Amino acid sequence: MTDLGTIVASPLEEVAPPRGQHGAAAWFLWIARRLGLAVLTLWLVSILVFLATAALGDPIRAILGRDYNANPGRVAELEKLLNADASIFSRYFDWLGGLLTGDLGTSLASGRPVSELISGPVQNSAMLVFLAAIVMIPVSFLIAMISVHYRRRRPDTVIQTVLLAIAGLPEFVIGVLLLALLATTVFKVFPAVTISSPTGHPWDNWKVMVLPTLTLVLWVSPYVSRIVRASLLEVIDSEYVELARLKGIPEGVVMRKHALLNAIVPGIQVIALQLAFLAGGVVVVETLFSYPGIGLQLVDSVRNHDVQVVQALSMIIASVYVVVNLIADLLSILLTPRARTAISS
Amino acid sequence: MTADQSHEHEHVSLSGEEAPPPPPIAPAEPGTFKKALRQKRFTVGLGITVLLVAFVIFAPYLAPYGENEVAGPPYNKATGLFGTDYLGQDVLSRVMHGGGEILLIALLGTLLGMVLGIAIGVVAAYGGGWWDEVLMRLNDVILSFPQILLALVVLTALQRPSAWVLIVLVGVSHAPRVARLARGVALGIVTRDFVIAAEALGERRSRVILAEVLPNMNAPLLAEGGLRLTYSIGLVGALGFLGFSADPGAANWGQMIQENRLGLATQPWAVLAPVLIIAIFAIGTNLMADGIAQVAQRGDN
Repeated sequence: MTDLGTIVASPLEEVAPPRGQHGAAAWFLWIARRLGLAVLTLWLVSILVFLATAALGDPIRAILGRDYNANPGRVAELEKLLNADASIFSRYFDWLGGLLTGDLGTSLASGRPVSELISGPVQNSAMLVFLAAIVMIPVSFLIAMISVHYRRRRPDTVIQTVLLAIAGLPEFVIGVLLLALLATTVFKVFPAVTISSPTGHPWDNWKVMVLPTLTLVLWVSPYVSRIVRASLLEVIDSEYVELARLKGIPEGVVMRKHALLNAIVPGIQVIALQLAFLAGGVVVVETLFSYPGIGLQLVDSVRNHDVQVVQALSMIIASVYVVVNLIADLLSILLTPRARTAISS
Repeated sequence: MTADQSHEHEHVSLSGEEAPPPPPIAPAEPGTFKKALRQKRFTVGLGITVLLVAFVIFAPYLAPYGENEVAGPPYNKATGLFGTDYLGQDVLSRVMHGGGEILLIALLGTLLGMVLGIAIGVVAAYGGGWWDEVLMRLNDVILSFPQILLALVVLTALQRPSAWVLIVLVGVSHAPRVARLARGVALGIVTRDFVIAAEALGERRSRVILAEVLPNMNAPLLAEGGLRLTYSIGLVGALGFLGFSADPGAANWGQMIQENRLGLATQPWAVLAPVLIIAIFAIGTNLMADGIAQVAQRGDN
């Protein structure tokens, strides 16, 4: 998560468009370059995913384990399914072609089409990340603002110390502690595992969503609010905020209009990164709460060496990351007057 | 990420632009470590970390039961301090035996990630131009994977990961994140006078990097290293929790959580003991990292 610092320190340097061109043409060039880079990254990601899953080890040997030598018939069957005779290049391009046309292949473990297997979990995970994000964003901004209000005094120090302690904790630690506190040992308020009917959604019972969401929020908020606090402090110490105060504008208005608006751009970058982080966090959190999303499915598929499902899911998670970053870059440019004028002047 | 670190680049680049003339006889600058020792959170963090490392190394010799020794009935609260686990093994003894793998993989993985990342970042910053562009684009590719996903993708095709595979996975997933920071810090240094002077004297590029650039980056890199160690502990713990550890028979904090999860309601200590020790470890290294970050932020002042 340290990437945050790099971004916040120089949001403009990272996203600054080329200078020296005029108006719409410059905008178009900048967006085209940014899109091109995103596509290039995704293409390289696909190569990495394919090589790691299909070429680095021997998935067939991993699937069959000790049966590998004893069961040549099954080996041949799996080799046919994975098309293991073909060269690595043709296998890669077959797979990439399928990916682009929406054909994600067939799961080795269940024999069903991958797209059918993952559509439910993708929805469930999207809902979980969405819930975590809409709770996390206002909470972390609120904490940051309270902290800045009491800046360099006792309440600020206390908040920062608590945040620092939580920020170091891995997600499974937070999850297990919440489980013990709210589900199994102390208070038995929320269910420890997600129970949902095969036809319905897990969120049909709201109680099921509370602990997974809370875990993700507690895991991510400390980072976000520390970064937002730092950028708010920077703005508040600046001269135009001082001037606004000297003019006699009430402190509340200064905070809202002068400080918060200017701290929002680094905030967007941080939130983008955290959304991508949530995509990784769901892996552990879903496994812990048996929540039927892509994280749980990914772990099961890795355990079963179900190559096709792992490939599809990791491409989805990486694409989410790339797209979210792209949107964050575009938003930062649009919300930063300095960068806007840099493009068109 | 510590919020405080975010100022680092600005500070470095600022001092690069308007380097004040040094006083004729400058007093010796105290090292980062000495300055960090004056930070309360650094000393507390360091204390916790040292105690825990000592615990991991020496506890196996003091454990009341063996690593796989059955001490009583499964999930029995009465046996020993923390009761027994799902197989009836003593939880306290398992915790005392179970830190080795997590500590070793986290330490070596962090070290590998730092070395790789610093090398990539400094070469990109110092090489500039094409080097910079290509290295940073490749960096973006690995950055598109959350750290745990990168590990899982590689583990798909392997029957059982060895400790070395886990170390490499932890290291490689850290490297692009370290590289990004190292590049940012190095960019503020490569344009400074002493680097240009060394180049003008005809020093070899490798020597300029090793003798001029790297020594001036140590404070932010140390802070980053501490932070990376915190994340390594979480990552290795999470992999153990998901069932990916080098030796499934051995005691391992992450794996203990997985093994005893179903008994959380009846015998919570079997899960809480390993969770709490990982938590203390992570808090210790994180405090330490933040202490160094505070020093790095103040820089030469």
